[in-house]
Amino acid sequence: MTAMTWWLLASEPAQLVPARSQMAFTLGFHIILVPIGVALPTMMLIANYKGLRHSDPVALTLAQRWSHAAAVTFAVGAVTGTVLSFEMGLLWPGLTGIYGDVFGLPFQIEAISFMLEAILIAIYIYGWKRLRPWTHFWLGFPIPFVAIAGAFAVISANSWMNQPAGFTLGSDGRPTNIDPWGAIFNAALPYELPHFLLAAYMAAGFTVASIYVVGWLRGRRDRYHRLGILIPFTVAAIATPIQMSVGDTTARQVFHDQPVKFAAMEVVTETGSDQPEVFFGRYAGDTNTVSGGISIPGLNSILAGFSRDTVVHGLDSVDPADRPSNVTLVHWAFDIMVGIGTLLLGLSAWFAIAYWRRRDVPRARLFLWGATAAGVLSYMAIECGWIVTEVGRQPWIVYNTERTADAVTTSGNIWVTFGVIAAIYVAIGIGTIRVLRAMSRRWQREDADDASVPYGPPDAPGPELTAVGGDQP
Amino acid sequence: MSAADAVAVVLVVGVTLYAWTGIADFGAGFWDFVGGGRRRGERPRALIDSAIGTVWEANHVWLIFCIVVCWTAFGRAFASIMTTLYIPLTLAALGIVLRGSSFAFRKNAARARQRHIAGWVFGIGSLVTPFFLGATVGALLAGRVPEGVAAGNRVTSWWNPTSVLVGLLAVALGAFLAAVYLVVEANHRGERGLHDYFRIRAIAAGVVAVLVGIAAVVALRADDRRMYERVTGRGLALLIVASVALVVTLVLLARRSTKVVRAGGALAVGALVWTWGVSQFPYLLPFDLTIDDGAGAAVTMRWILVWFLVALVTAVPALILLYVLGQRGEIAEEPAPPEAYTGPTGLVQ
Repeated sequence: MTAMTWWLLASEPAQLVPARSQMAFTLGFHIILVPIGVALPTMMLIANYKGLRHSDPVALTLAQRWSHAAAVTFAVGAVTGTVLSFEMGLLWPGLTGIYGDVFGLPFQIEAISFMLEAILIAIYIYGWKRLRPWTHFWLGFPIPFVAIAGAFAVISANSWMNQPAGFTLGSDGRPTNIDPWGAIFNAALPYELPHFLLAAYMAAGFTVASIYVVGWLRGRRDRYHRLGILIPFTVAAIATPIQMSVGDTTARQVFHDQPVKFAAMEVVTETGSDQPEVFFGRYAGDTNTVSGGISIPGLNSILAGFSRDTVVHGLDSVDPADRPSNVTLVHWAFDIMVGIGTLLLGLSAWFAIAYWRRRDVPRARLFLWGATAAGVLSYMAIECGWIVTEVGRQPWIVYNTERTADAVTTSGNIWVTFGVIAAIYVAIGIGTIRVLRAMSRRWQREDADDASVPYGPPDAPGPELTAVGGDQP
Repeated sequence: MSAADAVAVVLVVGVTLYAWTGIADFGAGFWDFVGGGRRRGERPRALIDSAIGTVWEANHVWLIFCIVVCWTAFGRAFASIMTTLYIPLTLAALGIVLRGSSFAFRKNAARARQRHIAGWVFGIGSLVTPFFLGATVGALLAGRVPEGVAAGNRVTSWWNPTSVLVGLLAVALGAFLAAVYLVVEANHRGERGLHDYFRIRAIAAGVVAVLVGIAAVVALRADDRRMYERVTGRGLALLIVASVALVVTLVLLARRSTKVVRAGGALAVGALVWTWGVSQFPYLLPFDLTIDDGAGAAVTMRWILVWFLVALVTAVPALILLYVLGQRGEIAEEPAPPEAYTGPTGLVQ
């Protein structure tokens, strides 16, 4: 370790690494639940509409089951989201304490959206057996829009951290001339929001479809599985090509708005034109060099500015203390995200062609294996994209304005809280998977009941309870 | 009244709504926890489950609402509170995690053992969260949270007689309010046995709340004379309202009336929350930071008020719809005879 990096490590507050680790872990966990809450209601309503329009009981069954799965993940997401709201103060008092009135407003919108979504999901689940079918559908209809409003609010706050706006820094270092709407509609929102929403629809679509693809591969080639693949896969396959275009625009915007982040994403060491596109490789911070990886001359400049003459800022354009803490991680995450996106684009094209020709799920086993993996892959891409935007922004919590090290708390032993939270989250993760699997097994026995899900109507004593009673001595 | 004062009022209203719904929900968890063995506790637990299941989330969001309003409007106070009181607030958050995940899983936990674990988790979360949220309010009331990141003592700020007693008061009030709601619920379903079961518990919890409340005021007198004089001075009228409402509710319960007990119990709890708000006004952090000094930009304050109205206009009708549908559903469905609840095991059900 060189003197320089040693000095950097020694000068940063002891709380920084555990606080960042805890935030990364809790946010990384929460982000798994978000796409389901944002996008699954849309697919559920599509199936519901199809079922009502064509008197299709299979589609209605799918809609009902998806509403139950959405309820479980939404309820768990409520919990992990609450932890995040506490952490904004427990871990980052320097952010909320100084900039709260600049960027805090969207969180209020998020709280309202969240409450509405919880109530509407409860009404929707409740209404399956008790409301007139179309009334039920229309009461569920606002759910996707409320979910998008919530995503809008949270992404707005995050994009503000990337492109802070709506204030000027006073002489005392505190923000003045505050304009909350300027902060909400900051320069990064127009690309971060569609990029995230499309990612959510892709992840939810591919993941739900992959579950039925597994059944399909096991020989359950009935109409139930066919629709279970076609509806979500179509949604994801429509979102994917749009996402590639939006993602491309986003990268180019980051090139303009956050040159150092872009340099880390593409591991550009020295400012200049004719920059090569490097796939993977390892970055050495002390010498500002890259080793390994596959390099294509000039391609990075062409992608960033459509010409080999485009000048791309390198990591050398800023002081080592202003470079992201882990460039290799940002770069690999970016490459993996783009790579997965490309694979999913191919899979979507395959699906589109096969469906156009035969109006059915593609037969090739290669496609089915790809579709099985697509759910997990799209989630990997989401986590990678989140690493790119968060780790790539370091060492800033508010880009070029406030350092993460200045925002972190001075209180507490965060490694202890992190350990406890990690243990509980692992238990919650296992619990979520077990509950969803138990639901799936119940569905296979065809005894699904609204009362057995969160938000469901009050328990009616039924076969389930007496079955439990059988365990009694 | 400035916009910042109005936002402070919004926060107190948010805390009130949370106390009426979320804290009462934790109180139901308390009754679940102490409900006794499998056979003895099965019927009360079934009532608790069905009474609070659907709306837990909406109740809980009021807390999130208060937190985000606090950091948006009064960022400096928020940072001071969260860092000085990080121990009780971390524990409260963990309690919410436990409570919320048991909400998510419990109905789905197919096997007896899973339900048993979920019941324990639910119970622990239900005790921990109101206690530490109450202790946080107690720490504020006793003026133990100075302005600044981690400026106060990290242990004695909340581990002192006043804060601990206010924490216990929150647990007792939650249990009281939950039992009152459940009395009405049991009555509505025509369950005589459960009606009496929760009636006795409501009275017991109410009496405990009165005793703990008196002890908290006495502790505050020894702890912070200035705040004590505010509570018993300008807060006196509300304190009397709370006491009268509580006593009337207890008398009504003793006479087996269910007519206005829910409103009476809610008024008692609400008036206590308002006593806190009035006593503390105009301080965010007594006696260190005032509302005006701690407030963010005026334009942000105005937008918070607008969004609070939006929250009321959108969420309240949706909640009413949910409630009406729920009531209608129960009338439509034949209520099962209590003997049908034969299955349950462990702490749950």
